[in-house]
Order: sequence, then C-alpha cells, then structure tokens
Amino acid sequence: MSARTVSHLRKGEKGVIKSFTDRGMSLKLLEMGCLPGCEVRLDAIAPFGDPICINVGGSYCLSLRLNEAAVIELE
Amino acid sequence: MKLGNIKVALVGNPNAGKSTLFNALTGLRQKTGNFPGVTVEKKSGTFKLPGQNGQQETAAIIVDLPGTYSIYPKSRDETVVMDILANPAHPDFPDVVVVVADASNLQRNLLLFTEISDLGLPCVLALNMLDVATSMNLTVNAVQLAMKLNVPVVRINARTGEGLSGLKEAVRQMAERVDKPALAYFYEPKGNEIQLIADVKRMYALDNDYVALQYVCQHDNFSFLETPARVALDKLIEKHDFDENGFLAAETVARYEKIKPIVSKSVKSAGITEQPYWTRKLDSVLLHPFWGYVTFAAVLILIFQAIFSWATYPSDLLDAGIAATIEWTKGILPEGFLNDLITDGIMAGLGGILVFIPPIAILFALVSILEESGYMARVMVIMDKLMRKFGLNGRSVVPLISGVACAVPAIMTTRSISSRYERLLTILVTPLMSCSARLPIYTILIALVVPPTKVLGVLNVQGLVLFGLYSLGLIGALATAWILSLFIPRKEPGYFMLEMPSYKLPRWGHVAFTMYDSVKSFVFEAGKVIMAISIILWVLSSYGPGDEMEKAEAAVTSSMPQASEEQVNAAISSVRLEHSYAGHFGHFIEPVIKPLGYDWKIGIALLASFAAREVFVGTMATIYSISGDFEDVPTVKERLIKEKNPETGGAMFTPAVCYSLLIFYVFAMMCMSTIAVVQRETHGWKWPLIQLAYLMVLAYVSAFVVYQVMS
Ligand SMILES: Nc1nc2c(ncn2[C@@H]2O[C@H](COP(=O)(O)OP(=O)(O)OP(=O)(O)O)[C@@H](O)[C@H]2O)c(=O)[nH]1
Ligand SMILES: [Mg+2]
Repeated sequence: MSARTVSHLRKGEKGVIKSFTDRGMSLKLLEMGCLPGCEVRLDAIAPFGDPICINVGGSYCLSLRLNEAAVIELE
Repeated sequence: MKLGNIKVALVGNPNAGKSTLFNALTGLRQKTGNFPGVTVEKKSGTFKLPGQNGQQETAAIIVDLPGTYSIYPKSRDETVVMDILANPAHPDFPDVVVVVADASNLQRNLLLFTEISDLGLPCVLALNMLDVATSMNLTVNAVQLAMKLNVPVVRINARTGEGLSGLKEAVRQMAERVDKPALAYFYEPKGNEIQLIADVKRMYALDNDYVALQYVCQHDNFSFLETPARVALDKLIEKHDFDENGFLAAETVARYEKIKPIVSKSVKSAGITEQPYWTRKLDSVLLHPFWGYVTFAAVLILIFQAIFSWATYPSDLLDAGIAATIEWTKGILPEGFLNDLITDGIMAGLGGILVFIPPIAILFALVSILEESGYMARVMVIMDKLMRKFGLNGRSVVPLISGVACAVPAIMTTRSISSRYERLLTILVTPLMSCSARLPIYTILIALVVPPTKVLGVLNVQGLVLFGLYSLGLIGALATAWILSLFIPRKEPGYFMLEMPSYKLPRWGHVAFTMYDSVKSFVFEAGKVIMAISIILWVLSSYGPGDEMEKAEAAVTSSMPQASEEQVNAAISSVRLEHSYAGHFGHFIEPVIKPLGYDWKIGIALLASFAAREVFVGTMATIYSISGDFEDVPTVKERLIKEKNPETGGAMFTPAVCYSLLIFYVFAMMCMSTIAVVQRETHGWKWPLIQLAYLMVLAYVSAFVVYQVMS
C-alpha cells in the first residue's frame, strides 16, 4: 500500500507532514510554510471534490488541488 | 549619508498589505484587494521622511512590488522583485527595504525576510495585520523579534495608518546609518557551494555570498546579465557539479530551522491558534460543495439586478436632463454651423454615453467589494475544477470577473498565473467577458425590444436578458478556451496552491473611490475618444464629395411639392446624410453587414466603434440627430424607436436586428486598448491578431445566424 497523503484526509481529519514526493512542487510547498513535522487539517472540500483547503499549523488556510495534495506524505 | 532622494522598496508575501501601506505613505491609490496577487508590476511614489531634531524633511521615493513567498520567482509578476534587488545599477535599487510581514503567519513571512537580509540589503521589518493576529489569539513581541533577527521591527496597521511615523523614523535611521556592520547570514553555504560562491564572487566582483548564489540560480531571470555572462555561469555550475533543485529545498528547510526558534520565542499563543471566527464560519458556507455554488450564483444575479434596477432611476433622470440641456443650448446659441456641431455632434455623442455613469459606477463598486472582502479567493477555489476542464486555472476567475469591468487591467492581472500556458489561454479569452463599455449598447438595445415586466414579482426581465448576455460571454470564453487548448500544446503542468486570506470588511472609502475613479476615467478617457469621433463624424456627415449633397437635396425638394415644411426638412437631412462622406462609408460596407440585418447608418456606428465600443451608442445618437429634424430633442432611445426601415416602412430596430447587434457585440473584439495590452503581455503581434480574427469571425457568424433565424 502506498503512503498516506494529504489527499487521503477526510474533512476535519488531521495529519503530520512527513515528506514530499515531487521535487518541483515540494519547493513551492516549503516556501508556503508546509514543512515536515507540521500539522495539517482538512478544512473544506470544494464542489466536485477538488481543490481542497487545508489548515497549515493552525496559522493559515491553504487551498490546493488533489494532485498537489497527493505529493505531501503524512506520518 | 547618501545624497539625493532615499529609495525605499516594499517587499513581502502576497496579501501582506504592501500596497495598502504604499497608499498610506504616499497618498496615492494603488490597487489593493484581499487576495494574493493583486499587484503585478512595480509602482513608484514619494513620501516625506521626518527631519532629525528640527531639520528639514527629506523626500523619499518608494516602490510597491508584487508579493512573493521567496526571492525565487514562480510567476511573471514575481520576476520584477529580484530583477531590482539583485542589480545595484537598477534605477529602483533601494537604499532601504521595508519587508512587510503578515504577523498572523509570521514564520512563513520571515522566510522572505531572511533571504532579503542575506542579500545584504538594509532592512526594516514592518509587522502588519496585528489585529488579525490578535483575533487568532496571537501576541507578537516586537522587541524580542528585533533582537533575535538583528533588524529594526516596527508595529504598523497599514489600514488605519497606525505606526507609520515609527516606520518612517526607522527608515530614516537605516538610510543614514554610516557604518555597515558585518552581515550575519541566516543561511550558511555548505559543501561545493562554498567554492562555487568564491568563483562567482571573483568573476563578477561581488562581495555578498548570497548574491553570488543568486547569480548561479537565477541568472536566466536577470535582465541585466548579458548572454556571455549567463553561459559562463552555466559553465561554473557544471564545473562544481551543483544541483540547483536540491540546493533550493535544502536552503529553504535550513532557513526555517533558523526561524522556528525565533518565532516560538517571540510569538505567544493564548489557547489554540485558529483562523478568525468569522472566516471559519463564512467558509463553511461559501466553500460548501452545494451552498458554495448557490451563494455564488446569488451574488452574480444580485449584481445584474443592481445594474438594471437600481441604476435605472438615476440613468433616466440623466437622460432627460441631457436632452433638455441640448435643447436649451440649441436655443441660446446663434443658429448655424457652430450650433449644429456642438449640439448635434459633440453634445449628442457625449450625452449618449453619460447616461451610463450609474450602472458603471455600481458595477465597479460591486467588483471592488468582491475583491476587498476576500470572497474572490473563495470563488477561485470553487471554480478551479471547472476552469481546469477548459484548460484554465482557478486564478483565471480574477481576470474573467474583473473583465466585466474592463479587459485591459483584467489582462494585466493574469501575470500572477504561474503557468504560461494557462496565462495565455486566459489572456485570449478574457475579452469575451462583457466589459462595462458594452453595457450602454446592451442597455439601449434591450430597452428597445424587451418589455420592462417582472417575473416572480422581483426579477426584472430586462435584467435577466442582460444576465443572459453576460452568461453568453462567459460560455463563449470557456468554449473558446477549450477549443484553443486543443490546438496550443501544453508544455508544463499548471498548479493552483492559493493562500486563503481571512475575510475583511471592505473599506467603504476605498469602494467609493473606486467608483469615482471608474466614472472619471469612463467620462474622460471614453469622452476624449467620443468627442474626437463625434467631431470627425459630424464633419464627415455634413460634407460630401463635390456638390452631390446639394444635388440630392434639390431633387428631394422638387419631388415633394405638396409636403409640409417639416416633412421636407426631415427628408432633406436624411438624403444629405446619405450622400455625405460618412454615408458613402456606410454604403461601402453595407453589403458586408446586410446579412446581419444592419443598414448603412448602423454600419457607420459599427465602423466608428472599432476605436472603442462606447462610441457605438454615441455615434448612433449623433447620426440620428443629424438625419432627423426634430421639433424638440428626444432621448437616444426615442430616436431609435422612431427610426424607420426605408425598405419595409416598419421600425428599423426590430427584435431580429437588435438581437443580432447584441450578439455581435457580445463576441466582437472592438477595442484598440485591449489589442494593445494583449500585444504587450504576449510580446508580439501573433496572439492579438489571432484573437482579433477569431473573435470577429465568431461575432459575424453568430450575428448572422441570429438575424436569419429571427427574421
Ligand atoms: N485587518 C487588516 N487588514 C489589512 C491590514 N493591512 C492591509 N489590510 C488588508 O489586507 C488586504 C491586502 O492588502 P494589499 O495592500 O492589497 O496587499 P499586498 O501586499 O499589496 O498584496 P499583493 O499585491 O497581492 O502582493 C486588503 O484588503 C487590505 O485592506 C491590517 O493591518 N489589518
Ligand atoms: Mg499589492
């Protein structure tokens, strides 16, 4: 079974970021404050299930597409 | 201390409040909005720095820059920042950088600060959004932060102007500082980076390690580096076997390792940190899978109702007032050439568009409320999936929505779309959104053919038809994007990743100013064009080749011996127009537009509106006031209703003709400024010409189909 990622979270569920599987996207995510060890929570799901909004470390809300969320592996 | 004006640059994360601060300092009105990516190019202004103990104030130049999360640009707008900061020869190269940080999310905002600081630029850190931080149960200790980061920290509120004097004082002190303390880098280079940095520093005579690293990583973005320099840098990278992507990620992580302990020392959280209460509550509805769409649709319908219902009263008053003014002017000016030029030419043309001030003001105010509240960012989220199906991006919603006001600034906002492909598609389809210049045409024609009845008690049918036309524009835009996406190859995947700002109450003063500004530019910018065109048109329609007009006039007079003087006069002005230069132009293109149901008079207006669509209604007003000889001056609408079709004897503006014109203007790209801005944004004539061609074909074919089916 492949690792659990942010795209697997259900609404309201939390997770802790472990690593990223895509290099290009990981830089952008890091710059936006998604760091390994950071807690995220799925806050909202847009109509048709994509994009999703996650709360990053309690400090702000980040919206990303499911394929972008699938890059973020959880612990 | 340095001579001349002190130069200050505003740098910070998107939506941190830089433009708001810029406006507060300079008194200018740079566009602000509560979503990331509002500012897409640099903008300069001046402000006064206080003098030290009673000395003279000094002027400072300040540039507002697009927001970035780091100094590594990810989209077109962000490249501006490093192009200035890495190049001391740049005219905007700052003496002091004010890093504006959103205090409610300090850790992430400090990433950019540490990068700027490492570039060796004198910095001042401005902590903004402290009120938002407070509502998230956060308190920031500025003194502690200043000590740990070794930089002056000032608490401000860009919205209310609090703390600005402290900020100015800090900027002045930083600019006057004579000693340059040794830089304590936040990021320390490791491994092969050290030797590479040494080589680059020697080659380009640089004294800063981090600037040298930027030469390595970003030389392709630096417009100030020549090709040989870029090639030499590529060679160095190869020589040292430098892995750029690996380095960038490692650098960012290392910076956060430095920042984390500093933030945890200086930011205290009372209880749980959460987004502000209202933001969470609103998002649970506005981002809801079902209610999210319902509210969005409701918002849109409200906008169209507002434009139609609320704006009617002031518009009708204006219309009557203008007609009365023209009549009054006709009466007091001595009869003759000048009187005709002023009343039939200029005043008729201008009056034709002045009545549209109320709906345009309302439209701009509502779009500005959408932007200022933070709702725009939510619309991007709920629309992303849909947009993606058409090759666009959720962010394309901003240009599409602001395209309803005007396509020119809307096309500029596409700079924040990171994928070039999605940006190009967005640019190509934005002109399909019905801009405010089309509103006069829609309003007049709808009023001619749609009865002002209500359905379901509240919804105005005219408003619904207007809504239909705007929807048609949107559908056209999406369909075109989809078709284009089949032909234009996509090179890189696009991404979305958007920060959701907390909701903010719009600043009503700001909304009022946006309204005032849009009306002002509508009246003056469009006014200039309309005035010029009205005069040209009036001349062209008052004179004809040789004595053709006189001959035609004589023929009419002799053919109508029994008619009353009034009838003869009406017939005369009509044949005179027909034989004037303008009439010849109209007749020249008549064969082309006949299948769409238009006669040569509409043809003249159509030709004139190539300069700008606003001109259409003004031109119609001018043409009909020249060709008709009315006892008292009617409003534009009355003139159009009275116009007869010479072939059928019935009304000229039948539903078929009106709908055909409406559809034509939904699709036609008739705006020089739009063509010019597309040329600038795509760096060439290829795309604007393709765009012009397909939109014209689309407009012609659809208008043709509508006319042929309806008549
Ligand atoms: N509550 C609060 N809101 C603020 C403050 N400063 C700015 N704002 C609001 O924050 C929003 C963003 O402000 P802008 O000035 O457009 O932000 P910017 O940094 O220029 O953003 P970009 O141009 O997108 O990079 C606006 O709605 C402002 O009214 C502040 O101190 N407190
Ligand atoms: Mg800005």
